[in-house]
Amino acid sequence: MWDYSEKVQEHFFNPKNAGAVADANAIGEVGSISCGDALRLTLRVNEETETIEDAGFQTFGCGSAIASSSVLTEIIKGLTLDEALKVTNQDIANELDGLPPEKMHCSVMGREALQAAVANYRGEEWKDDHEEGALICKCFAIDAVMIEEMVVANNLRTVEDVTNFTKAGGGCAACHEDIEGILTKVLAERGEKFDPNAAPIEVAASAKEKMPMTNLQRIKKIEEVLDKLRPQLMADGGNVELVEVIGNTAYVNMTGACSGCQMAAMTIGGIQQRLMEELGEFIKVVPASQMPKAAAAGA
Amino acid sequence: MNAIYLDNNATTRVDPLVVEAMLPYFTEQFGNPSSIHRFADGVAKGIKQARHQVQELIGCEHDSEIIFTSCGTESDSTAILSAIKAQPDRKEIITTTVEHPAILSLCEYLEKEGYTIHRMPVDKIGRLDLDAYKSLLSDRVAIVSVMWANNETGTLFPVVEMAEMAHAAGVMFHTDAVQAVGKIPMMLKDTKIDMLSLSGHKLHAPKGIGVLYLRRGTRFRPLLRGGHQERGRRAGTENSAAIVGLGKACELALANIEHENTVVKAMRDRLERSIVELIPNCFITGDVENRLPNTTDIAFEYIEGEAILMLLNKAGIAASSGSACTSGSLEPSHVMRAMDIPYTAAHGTIRFSFSRYNTMEEVDEVLKVMPDIAANLRKLSPYWDGNGPVANPEQAFQPTYA
Ligand SMILES: Cc1ncc(COP(=O)(O)O)c(C=O)c1O
Ligand code: FES
Repeated sequence: MWDYSEKVQEHFFNPKNAGAVADANAIGEVGSISCGDALRLTLRVNEETETIEDAGFQTFGCGSAIASSSVLTEIIKGLTLDEALKVTNQDIANELDGLPPEKMHCSVMGREALQAAVANYRGEEWKDDHEEGALICKCFAIDAVMIEEMVVANNLRTVEDVTNFTKAGGGCAACHEDIEGILTKVLAERGEKFDPNAAPIEVAASAKEKMPMTNLQRIKKIEEVLDKLRPQLMADGGNVELVEVIGNTAYVNMTGACSGCQMAAMTIGGIQQRLMEELGEFIKVVPASQMPKAAAAGA
Repeated sequence: MNAIYLDNNATTRVDPLVVEAMLPYFTEQFGNPSSIHRFADGVAKGIKQARHQVQELIGCEHDSEIIFTSCGTESDSTAILSAIKAQPDRKEIITTTVEHPAILSLCEYLEKEGYTIHRMPVDKIGRLDLDAYKSLLSDRVAIVSVMWANNETGTLFPVVEMAEMAHAAGVMFHTDAVQAVGKIPMMLKDTKIDMLSLSGHKLHAPKGIGVLYLRRGTRFRPLLRGGHQERGRRAGTENSAAIVGLGKACELALANIEHENTVVKAMRDRLERSIVELIPNCFITGDVENRLPNTTDIAFEYIEGEAILMLLNKAGIAASSGSACTSGSLEPSHVMRAMDIPYTAAHGTIRFSFSRYNTMEEVDEVLKVMPDIAANLRKLSPYWDGNGPVANPEQAFQPTYA
């Protein structure tokens, strides 16, 4: 079974705002039964203030699809349409204390349903601008379509190129065979042969900045991300402290309500996910109690 | 209420008698069976006995036809790779669209290496077309690999007949019998099956032990070369405790095979019949007349499998779902797609798989909660309206962009 956060389970087992809103004046529908999840979002929008007075969802889908729909309706109730449009899929996932990478598309579906509903209210046409493929890189939740598009658009040739442009493959490296498969296919389409030893293409200046961080940069960046997460943890009566960073492993102390509670492991998973996303590289978060002895003595 | 385990096709609990048989091999008889001293002298005997117990269960002629491996997957890989290495001029493989990934992924890989893979389709209840099969058999085919029983639906393929046909055409025949062994009687010596895979953890032995049955005289190339273990056909120091455990498990399975096909089957039958009666818009998938006695796979329309499983789990019931909602492109299980189960149902299939540890009381417990689970999820579904599906569900819900 998935490692779902308590929040996801809460929203799944006791969904909020299930069912269609009576006299809705905005309806957003995305997905379809053939692709395994579908969401109909109904809103009642106050025509004077453009605030969302009520929101309801009907969802066909897995646990996290239902939880994402439920939490979405909670987030947007009371917001104006313009405010609501600023809600990202990451916001939905964060509100659920994170989703497994395989399930991030559920939060995307929520955001799209919202955009579709607002477009429907405003009499505009909403277009789905992205297509999702099979998940290739689990560390960074990157799918095949995304990788293929980047390979085509930027003439990528090596796994390293793909990592530089999409992050895919920059973590545990387990997906490198699949990335090579995509490269082989796309290169064959333009009459080239995949060469694992080809030199990586010149990386544009902006991408270059993202190249390997020094340890100091990495520590600073980790602290920044933890600071961002802190308010959320403190709201639950806990906190996190960075003890040491060795290579790609960050050792932390969970304190307050987080220490020793069953949720600590889950929270650590969430923190790790967030760090990987923000740093764009594989980071392992480990409780400081598991730090190697020598390092602990020095710390 | 105790947890109810109805996921025995995924894996089974190790029988306490099996655990008991294994324990001495961790502590007293821990020696390497190849060694000559008293820490080892019982090990070789234990393994010999296990080989015999496996032989009895599958009914093969010689105990030297049993090769112990690490799992069903290893047995599958060994069989196929052996056949193509031993017959380098044969560049085709015949299999089916509904095999386990242990076969399908390997075939996909071999396809990239230049092999032609014939994946035979199935009809709406999961049956093969034997005429089409016959026309594929030729001297270009290195091996036919067809599962005995399907892990999702329990549907049985006529492997005995298909092995005869392959033999007549001079083609090697392998069957992945991981789900069939121990659930249905078999007598390999009366068949033309050349190779067969089985896996311990599906029949109350531990995980990490499997068998490749290799008919005497079948041309063979090992996957792992090294020491002389398993007569050089699978090198690597024997997993002696697990081998002994598997032997015991085979003995118990043989003793229980009648029970499996009467008592266990009765539980399965009652569960599926009642579910179909109690819950609207659901049906049993696969070849109902021709199935493993312990398996039922039920498609619940307009709701999604994982959501059902989470609610079952909350009620203390463990089952599994064919649909794997794991990525942007949400495909229902390849077995459901192969049978052309409509999308409205394919995403909501739940497999209940029994073992001799289950009871009728447990069936009653499932029947108590299942109707509400389906009803509650349907309340959330945009395809369901009150007491039935919305008219024309595919049309009623038509996202503007599609
Ligand atoms: C039909 C079939 N083949 C092969 C396997 C793989 O067996 P193992 O887990 O022992 O590798 C399984 C188990 O899931 C199976 O059901
Ligand atoms: S799965 Fe892609 S780097 Fe880990």
